[in-house]
Amino acid sequence: MLVWWGMTARIAISSKVEDARAQKLLRTLKSLFPETRLSAVATTAAYTVDAKLDQGELQRAAERLTNPITERFSTDSVLAPKNYTYAIEIGYLPGVTDNLGTTVQETIEDTIGRKFRDGEAVYSSRFIFFTGDVSKSEVEQFVRELHNPLVERASISEAGRKFPVVVPKVKLHESSRADTVNLEVSDAELMKISREGILGPASAKASAGRRGPLALSLGAMKVIRAHFRTQKRNPTDVELEALAQTWSEHCKHTIFADPLDEVKEGIYHRYIKGATEEIRRKKKEERRKNKTKVGDFCVSVFKDNSGAIAFDNKYLITHKVETHNAPSALDPFGGSVTAIVGVNRDALGFGLGAKPIANTYGFCVADPHDARELYRDREKNQPLLPARRILEGVVQGINEGGNQSGIPTPLGFVAVDPSYRGKPLVFGGTVGLIPRRIPRSDLKSAQRSDLKRAKAGDYIVMIGGRVGLDGIHGATFSSEALSKGSPATAVQIGDPITQKKLSDALIREARDAGLYSSITDNGAGGLSGAVGEMSRESGGCIVDLEKVPLKYAGLSPWQIWLSESQERMTLAVPKRKWAAFKKIMDRHDVEATRIGEFTNTDRVVVRYGGPSTSLGVKKTVMDLTLDFLHEGRPVQIQRSKKKEVGRKNKEEKKNMDLKKAILDVLSRPSIGSISFISQQYDHEVQGNSATKPLQGKGRVNADAAVIKPLFDSERGIVLAQGYAPWYSEIDTYAMASAAIDTAVRNAICAGASRDYLAILDNFCWSSSEKPERLYELKQAAKACYDVATAYGTPFISGKDSMFNDFRGFDAKGKPVHIAALPTILISAIGVIPDVAKAMTIDFKRVGDLVYLIGETNDELGCSEYAKWQGLTLPQVPVVDAKKNAKAYDAVSHAIQKGLIASALGVGRGGLAVALAKSSIAGQLGADVDLTNIPGKARRADSILFSESQGRILLSVRRSAQNEFEKACQGVTLTLIGEVVQAWSVSIELPKEKVEIPLPALTENYRSFFKLW
Amino acid sequence: MVKPHVIIFSGYGLNTEDETKAAFEQVGATADIVHLNDVIAKPSILKKAQIIVFGGGFAYGDHTGAGKAYGNKVRHHLGKEIEKFLARDTLMAGICNGFQILTSAGFLPGALVANDPPPQDGVRAGIARYNARWVDLEVQNDSPWLKGIKMLSVPIAHGEGKYFAQPETLAQLKKDGAVALKYVEGETAKHFDMPANPNGSLEGIAGITGYGGRVLGLMPHPERAVRFTQLPHWTLLREEYVRDDRPMPKESPGLQLFRNAVRYFT
Repeated sequence: MLVWWGMTARIAISSKVEDARAQKLLRTLKSLFPETRLSAVATTAAYTVDAKLDQGELQRAAERLTNPITERFSTDSVLAPKNYTYAIEIGYLPGVTDNLGTTVQETIEDTIGRKFRDGEAVYSSRFIFFTGDVSKSEVEQFVRELHNPLVERASISEAGRKFPVVVPKVKLHESSRADTVNLEVSDAELMKISREGILGPASAKASAGRRGPLALSLGAMKVIRAHFRTQKRNPTDVELEALAQTWSEHCKHTIFADPLDEVKEGIYHRYIKGATEEIRRKKKEERRKNKTKVGDFCVSVFKDNSGAIAFDNKYLITHKVETHNAPSALDPFGGSVTAIVGVNRDALGFGLGAKPIANTYGFCVADPHDARELYRDREKNQPLLPARRILEGVVQGINEGGNQSGIPTPLGFVAVDPSYRGKPLVFGGTVGLIPRRIPRSDLKSAQRSDLKRAKAGDYIVMIGGRVGLDGIHGATFSSEALSKGSPATAVQIGDPITQKKLSDALIREARDAGLYSSITDNGAGGLSGAVGEMSRESGGCIVDLEKVPLKYAGLSPWQIWLSESQERMTLAVPKRKWAAFKKIMDRHDVEATRIGEFTNTDRVVVRYGGPSTSLGVKKTVMDLTLDFLHEGRPVQIQRSKKKEVGRKNKEEKKNMDLKKAILDVLSRPSIGSISFISQQYDHEVQGNSATKPLQGKGRVNADAAVIKPLFDSERGIVLAQGYAPWYSEIDTYAMASAAIDTAVRNAICAGASRDYLAILDNFCWSSSEKPERLYELKQAAKACYDVATAYGTPFISGKDSMFNDFRGFDAKGKPVHIAALPTILISAIGVIPDVAKAMTIDFKRVGDLVYLIGETNDELGCSEYAKWQGLTLPQVPVVDAKKNAKAYDAVSHAIQKGLIASALGVGRGGLAVALAKSSIAGQLGADVDLTNIPGKARRADSILFSESQGRILLSVRRSAQNEFEKACQGVTLTLIGEVVQAWSVSIELPKEKVEIPLPALTENYRSFFKLW
Repeated sequence: MVKPHVIIFSGYGLNTEDETKAAFEQVGATADIVHLNDVIAKPSILKKAQIIVFGGGFAYGDHTGAGKAYGNKVRHHLGKEIEKFLARDTLMAGICNGFQILTSAGFLPGALVANDPPPQDGVRAGIARYNARWVDLEVQNDSPWLKGIKMLSVPIAHGEGKYFAQPETLAQLKKDGAVALKYVEGETAKHFDMPANPNGSLEGIAGITGYGGRVLGLMPHPERAVRFTQLPHWTLLREEYVRDDRPMPKESPGLQLFRNAVRYFT
């Protein structure tokens, strides 16, 4: 690839009034570099126009791009301030999605009244001018802080220097052709092909060498070779890449699918799907016996882009949670914006298209103060971003992705552990809403919205963004550890606006006009994944790759087929409906292209060539049977090995200052307020908000949210999350059990009932090639089955990410392996009849009674308290689902009856944190006596901080006391105290009394991210 | 009684059309969501409408400045048609991104720039970024949109909501009585202990009017404050109703704006 340096026009725009964003930048730099003598920062936005415009046109364009009240522009300078010391320019690297540049191009096109020609474009960049006594080396430090070299370029200029115009145009000098790959080679060479890739230029970055990992096992490579021997030829690169993508762990979930020890059908079938099947059977039976029961509410589980349950007679709701971990390690912003707009497409791609109505998020990261220096290479040329910047970036990504898409984000969390330093875990979830039946003008009756089927003869239509090199090998990359060889092209940057246009066109018009017979998301594996999957509906396809619209010329066929460029969906459009479909897309400014036809030949055929390409003649570059493509993967027999957990010594510290302990634990990042995130994610858009992410007068982060999706119905959706990765250090069965228990408990506390509650699983594992880790995986999956069936909460969708490992080097060049804690996020989704019954966590009124449900046992192992103390304690919480189920039902019933004023699941940090949170949220005190609470915890610290599951902290008005206590018969219920006006929380413990002023609790709770 | 008809503009990343439509329909109007390109292709549809709304969202991703690209397009393709529409006795509103669009397109004076909240407790309380919270508004003029309202609490959600204008423009606005809404410390700011002015708007201006009060631009979102269970502290208020044995209300104050707009024509 070449960067084309040439003269062309540049429009510069700067603020002529006080620029809050420049001020913010100055403050940020001063706080990061307290010694700096930087006195002022100014910025200029630059738009480099690489297109044929005359001077008048350029002038008019610049005027349109400038707000005359607040801005000034220039077409011949960069509007540098007087007396600056250094300037830097930051722009994107060639080929990186430039959303700002695209908007400027559209504005210019609208101004001049014509479209740009192929190859013409606008590239955005920004100049930052530093004033004050700063040295070049200081500015170099600033630059490192302000840009990400994987996606951006930066240059430094001293005062007075000219600023060359840079056009970061992609110019590929690869010839676009399809090669055959010789597999008649040694085993070692086969594995080299799998690990490092097919010979040839990989991407924009490398001019020669190999194309990047296929991540296929030797067994799989041999199966492919054997298959092509029967065809008497070698595979093309397109075929081999497509097989690697289709068979990847990321797409086929091989570890969950293949036999593991005695679980011949695989742990997914036995424990996850198995649990759902059993629960659905039971629910149907219950409903047969008792018509007042909700029965089986599952409608579409494990087969579509999202899982769907019934909302009411007219609507389904869908939910899906995805992760985007490895890309977020390299480019946290791009990784997380892609995570959220990507999972939005799992709603849009459900059935005939569901409207995204809520986003959820979760960030598992290292402490932002974690100062470990890590490198991807021994030479220390490829540093990992600092922990702080990873969190900042992923937070910003979901800000832009979610806010710009107009989808509310009512729920999310931050969990901190040093094991997330190598790869952060970035969860993005989307709830969708879709009518159960879609009216069809061309059919007599409405059509079920959850069913879809591409038919032979339908056009294959790609809509949305164009295809570039972004995200090549994303699917196979996710199936590998992050290391030096990780491809930079694996990073994409999402464009929420392109997707919003696409979403409006589909959901508002094309879907309800019945203009397509099937739709899916272009996610992992790009067209290969999407068209490959849809071909199974019709029984085959034929694709002409040269018809695919490209961001820039020069892509090879395998790249077009595999690229994961964002904001694209693939549809099956019947021929007679194409004109109407295309018209809608045109009106919405959404590019729609016919790239082939679905067939019933049982083959996936891909062709490339013709006059528009460098390959004159059209050639078949892929011709595989559907059966081999989808079912040819050899089954891997997996063996696990029980992990010996070293017996942890119980250490006890005497005479703890419990007041200090409570305040310190409250100020830890996994516990404390993340209001800076909640408040920058719009949670009111669409008008569906009922309970907020920050609850009560004191604005405490809630663990669940309630939304009201329909304007004319009082029904609500409860969303909740549960996770407990820390327990994995001792026992993954306990970790998984606690994750489910927590999600269910949090949902119950917001007003849900077990009758109408479904869950989703996201497994994020590491080192999954190790038998010990597989054993832990099996245990966790078994827990999922046991606890889900005990609660009757079916899994409706799930996802796994099995290699959250970092293999690199420390500051001394010593090899380092960081494996993320085995982590499961459970996301719960339930339906409630009336949002007016929804519950929040804040104490409401002085005099209300405070109750604790459940037993408090001596379960401090891996607790937040133990982490704070640096203690290793052996006992992690054990879930007694049968007993908890009964308690949860009593709470659901009491909430529906209006007997409860506040409810909070006792979670991380134990009872101490729960009491503090309900008090801070209500800005009311509490007076409680914990000397005699049920359970085995006896020591004061154990009573306060044990994380025993199944517990709920409630407040109840006195007039409801009798009725409430009656509703809780047979449940471990303890009246522990009352809500008081006194501005403190006071806790009676076996040997002492702890009293903490409310302002101190509030301040500590808010302290960790206070300045973020 | 004739129901007024509302046209709500959509496209290019606007995103609050559905709830705006629902709010109008709830108070008796008919409403259509129409794509900007469809209005440009057939501007005569504006003749059938009594009310035009540019709602909230992220037109063109806020790139180059919030509302700028969409506002340009509106000005250059529909400027005359909208002036014609306003020459009749009609109403128009720009909410949030819509307000930014109306100022960019030149229908209302001033500009909306990056949030820059005033310092609180000696430190800068907020920083220049997107902020979603509830605010309290005091009504300043007698725009038909605001009749009978003195104070109301509604949410904001924006990154560029600081109202800015040159001193002479501000003076003119005041002289014309065109300052419509100001951020003040009312029920929600007090309750949640948050600063009244969320974004550093000059003189706390949250909304202004033009065309004799018929065109309203405001940053806050009344369409997100139409139901009682949208209030940020409704579960606390519920306890009062429960204990006093009174039924919980259904509505929330933002609905009055839409009711006012409908009443203007009936």
